[in-house]
This record gives sequence, C-alpha cells and structure tokens, in this order.
Amino acid sequence: MKTLADLKKIREKAQEDMKLRGGNVRIKISVGMGTSGIAMGAREVMKTFLEEIAARNLSDVLVTQTGEKGLSSMEPVVDLIEEGKPKVTYGNMNPDKVKKVVVEHIVNGRIVSDYVVATGD
Amino acid sequence: MSLKHIDLLICCGSGCISAGALKIKERFHEVLKEHKATNEVNIIETGCMGPCDYGPVMVIYPEGIFYKHVTPEDVEEIVSEHFIKGRPVTRLMLQEEEKTFAAQKDVPFYQKQIKVALENCGYINPESLDEYIATGGYEALGTVLTEMKPQAVIDEMKASGLRGRGGGGFPTYIKWQMVHDNKADQKYIICNADEGDPGAFMDRSILEGDPHRILEGMMIGAYAMGASMGFFYIRAEYPLAIKRIKMAIAQAKEMGLMGDNIFDSDFSFDAEVRTGAGAFVCGEETALIHSIEGERGNPTPKPPYPAIQGLWGKPTVVNNVETFGNIPTIFRKGAKWFASMGTEKSPGTKVFALTGDVKNTGLVEVPMGTTLRELIFDVGGGMIGDHKFKAVQLGGPSGGCLTVEHLDTGVDYESLKERGSMMGSGGVIVMNEEKCMVNVAKFFMDFCVEESCGKCSPCRIGLKQMLEILERITSGFGREGDIEELQRLGESISKLSLCGLGQTAPNPVLSTIRYFRDEYEAHIRDRSCATKVCKDLMHFQIDKDRCIGCSLCARNCPVKCITGSRDEKYIIHQVDCIKCGNCYDVCPVKAIDKEPGMHPDTVAHRAELSKAVNRYEDL
Repeated sequence: MKTLADLKKIREKAQEDMKLRGGNVRIKISVGMGTSGIAMGAREVMKTFLEEIAARNLSDVLVTQTGEKGLSSMEPVVDLIEEGKPKVTYGNMNPDKVKKVVVEHIVNGRIVSDYVVATGD
Repeated sequence: MSLKHIDLLICCGSGCISAGALKIKERFHEVLKEHKATNEVNIIETGCMGPCDYGPVMVIYPEGIFYKHVTPEDVEEIVSEHFIKGRPVTRLMLQEEEKTFAAQKDVPFYQKQIKVALENCGYINPESLDEYIATGGYEALGTVLTEMKPQAVIDEMKASGLRGRGGGGFPTYIKWQMVHDNKADQKYIICNADEGDPGAFMDRSILEGDPHRILEGMMIGAYAMGASMGFFYIRAEYPLAIKRIKMAIAQAKEMGLMGDNIFDSDFSFDAEVRTGAGAFVCGEETALIHSIEGERGNPTPKPPYPAIQGLWGKPTVVNNVETFGNIPTIFRKGAKWFASMGTEKSPGTKVFALTGDVKNTGLVEVPMGTTLRELIFDVGGGMIGDHKFKAVQLGGPSGGCLTVEHLDTGVDYESLKERGSMMGSGGVIVMNEEKCMVNVAKFFMDFCVEESCGKCSPCRIGLKQMLEILERITSGFGREGDIEELQRLGESISKLSLCGLGQTAPNPVLSTIRYFRDEYEAHIRDRSCATKVCKDLMHFQIDKDRCIGCSLCARNCPVKCITGSRDEKYIIHQVDCIKCGNCYDVCPVKAIDKEPGMHPDTVAHRAELSKAVNRYEDL
C-alpha cells in the first residue's frame, strides 16, 4: 500500500464485511421467523434474499429477522424498511417472488404491489 | 457467496475470559454446527466491552442486542430462538426495575460515556487489521504523512490540549517539541504499558482490544519528532496484550503500513516489544528506559530529561498507552473537536477502571470534568447492596482518597490534586462504610514498600518507617503523636524522593489522615476500629441469652479458647482468641457478635505484659 487511495479501497471492502454492525444501510429487510413463518418456508426466503443481495453486491441492504408478526395466513411475511418511507409488508413470499422484489423494489425502487399485504406502521 | 446475516461479538476481555467466554465461544461453534447454520453467523472475539460485572457479555448485530451473564447452557437457546427464529432471548437481557434493555446502546452503563480511546474496544476484532481500517484506521497516519509537516503535527497536538494519560498530566506536545527540536542521528519513541496500580486495567484493555490504534498513535508521534524506532514496554503479566501488539506489528508490516517509506514518504519506522518483569517502579520513565537498555530498572535524577538524553543517550519520548490511543482520533476528527470535550485545562476524555464496592465494575470512558457522583452512581450504578458510599481511592497507591463531600467534584488533573488525590493512570476504587481507612492506607503503603527500588533513602527507609507506625496503630499499640509523625515523614518523603514512586507514595496516608483523622484517633486512643476490620481492635462476644449451648463454637475453635456447657452457656477467653471468626461462622443461632474495640481483658493483659517487660529492662 502506498497511497491514501489504496487505503480507501481496503477500507471500503472491509466496511462491506462489517456492514452488519451498522453504518451505511439504505434498506432493511426483516423476515418474519415465527413457527408458522418457518413452516411456510421463511428460511428459504431469507436465504434467497441473502444470495440475491450478495450476487448483486448491494452493500447498503441489510437482512435481519424478527419473530411472529400475527399474519399467519400470509406467511412467509417480509418487511422492507426504507429510511424516510412507510414500511412495506410483503406476504405469501417464496424464492421466485423474492427475486422479483429484489430487482423491482430494492434495485429499481418500484414497489411490487401484487405481493403487498400492508403498508405503513 | 456470503450468507452471513448475524455478527456475534463475544467480549473476550480478561474479565469475561475468566468468567468463561472462551467456553461459550466453543459452544457456539458446536451448536451452530448441529443446526447447520455455521455459514450464517460471524463469531467475533472482541476486546473488553466495559461492563465486566455483567460478564460474560455479548452483542449481536444487526440489532445490537446485548446479553449478559451468559453460560454455555444458554447457547442452545440463543441459537435456536434468536439466530434461527429471530426471537431474542429476553431473560438474558439486562433487566433493571422491571425495565428490559435490549440494545447495547440503551444500557444505562453506556449512557454518560463518550468513547475515544475505547472507540473500537469491544466493537472490532482486535486481531483483524481490516476491521481497524474499516473504522477509519490508519487514515490519520496517511493524512499526516502525506499532507503535514512534523511541526504542523505538533501544533495540532498543542491545539488539542492532550495531556499525558499516564497520570502526571504533562502536555504531550511539549515532550514531542523537545525531541523534535533536539538534533540527533537517532531518536526513540516508547509506549509505556507498565501498568501496575492495584485495580487498574485500562492500558491492558486498550492494548488487547484495539492494538492497531496504539501503533498508529505511536507512528504519528514518531513522525512528528523524527524517531525511526519505537518500543512497547509491556509487563509480562499481560501475555494477551503482548501477543496482540506483536500481531499488529506483523500485520502492519505485511500491509506496508510499517517499514520503509510509509505512504511513499521519507518516513520509515519499526517497532519492537519489550516485556517488563513486573516491577512497579519501571512505570517511571527513567527506570523504564534503563530496563529496556538491559540495566536494572532503577530511576535516575531528572534532568537530563529523556527528551534530551533518553534511551541509549538519545532523545526519547515516553508516552502512555491511552495517550497514544487518543491521537489517531484527534487527527481524524480535528484538534478542535477533541478540545471541545472535557474541561478547559484538561480537554478530552479519560478511561477509568471502576472497581471496589460499586455495582457496575468495569472499564469506562467519560469526558474530563465528569463528577465523581456521575461516575460512581450513574455509570457505576451506585453501591452494592444497601451499603453507603464512604470513600473513593483515585490513582492507586500514588493517589489519595476522596469522600462524600467531594462527590460533586469534576474529575480533572487540577481539581484532584487540590484535594490531595491525583488522576493517576485511572484506577478508581470505590469503598463502602465497612472499609477501615487506616487499613486501606496500610495496604497501599505495604505495596509501595514492596515496590520501592531502594535506590534513594527517603523512599527505602522512610516508607518502611511509615508502614511500621501504621502496623503499630492497627494492632493496638498506637501512641499519641503517631499521626503527627506520619504527616512529618510523609511530607519529607514527598519532597526528598528521587522519583515519582517515593514522591507520591505517602499520598494515601496523608489523604486518609486529612479526611478520616477521627478514625486514626479512635485506633490510637480508644484502641477501637469502628469497622471491625483491624483484628486487634475488635473482639467476638457470645450473647448468653441467645446461646443454646450447642458447643459447635467450642469444637471449631482452633485455639480452644471457648469453654462452657449446655447449662452455663459458652464464653470466649479473650486473651487467647486469635479472631479467626470460625465461631462466628458456625454458630447456628447467630449468638456471636462482632464488637468494635479491644476487650477489657486484652487491654489488662497487655498492660501486665508491658509492666513485666519494663521490670526486666529495669534490672
């Protein structure tokens, strides 16, 4: 390493590896992982999110999990929380729907209204 | 492809390790394997997170959930509930007065703290250079080397107002300026990590938790003064700190952050670790320098100051670990930012190791000028149990104690000195009403007598005299005039000793006399220790009305000084009693009381003995 620019490159990569510990997060995805969620495939849904995000190198998106949300008939349920915007809740998710949500909503900023079951808090 | 969505930060500071943190870490590896979830969680060992009393502690990101008192048995539940199902385990969270504090940032212990030197401690993996760089590490060094002249670096230090965190409070920039102005073919920079105060663990925690920060701070200093070689003087009792600093040096060299022409500048630097053999006096800079040279660790008179003639006769700066720890942040955020914290004469923050009879023992960093009340009752959570606050000892064996009336004193170098205490390196020992202040003074004096190097007579002989008087007072042989003699000795030793050890060693005695003179007087005149700590000045007594005559006390007495029977009940023959406390512990009906003061029988016995001695001497 010889210049500040070299250091900056290393820093950016290292920050990417540490993004779970806070920092630059634009969108937070919160997957409902209650018993019914898991039974309906929430773990698959979360994995697909993680894979898609890693594949597209979306460094400002964070995937977390939460407990039962009370929408058992629509599991798996996923919240997309974006700074300064109302929360969007998607229901009846599966890996294919996840891929679409990642492309449409997260990358292009267009809510996939077909899958939305609720908005706001 | 990374599927990791959880960062598990396990505190592996010395406190948590001794409470079993490493076993918990192993258990996490096992359980995650059983759940086939090893690819979902990063397990990271961090340095000390601070709240040692809650240990073992851990923080789980992205939520920042804080768990305390975790045991290996809890791991299964954390993995299956929190990691797999996203339901944090409430029972492991901090619960106080029916409130649950889930996130680390909400825990009251952290509320009044501002972390500068401890910024990354407990947040990053100390063995990863990448994580240090991710938090902005080495950016300050890069900027300094590529954009600033050495004099500009020193001017920035002057503007920040940073003062030596090792205890003396000497402005750091003055030392740097002296070495900078001194022309020499070789200059040295030394990191003083010979932290030896009883109850102090600030420097160790920073070295263990964020070693690259200290290295970066040292390199900035080295550039400013023109030193090309640095030494870390770390005591051998800190093996983990030594390992981590060595690792940091190796990583920095590999990455090209250390060595020749760093950041393509003219600046080249190398550093080595030297381990100290555990002599307290080696924390004094001249003694430390002699120890590195391979000589006996004895201090020498100043001047010449190390800045003029230091290691191997070359200009040398010795700075404390925490001082170095502040420097990268000062250059990253600016001297103005640093100077805006703390008080006018003592800017910035200070790390304290909080120990003793306080609830939240641990490592804390607060702005200078924070009051003792905030430090002990807000950050520290107050006293354990229903006990009352009696005194606080700041600065270890070199410092002095302060009392209730000083609780609203802001902590900085000047205010503490005025009140007969000192900042020292930052050990804070909180004491409740059960502590005998004469005994506390004796403890610290005993420590200093042991640690005196013996080179100068005021320290070698004078401290021993003080200790003998204190031993006399606490064993019931105190005489009128002893207090005045302690003060006279203490003041002369302070003035006449060669180095800081002797100059400050009388402080605990002088300050306890200043604030607790009545306790000394009671020990001498009434032969009584109100706290019942000094064994010669208290006695055990069996209450005949409560005694059931079970004989347990008599059977457990190692010197057979308890006699009696079921009908007559039992009594202690005071003259033979060695105050072991066995009877007190075994009595099933708690019929034995601890009473302050020497028993009249013992007083009479001693008087007779001394009469006999006098008669013998008359012959």
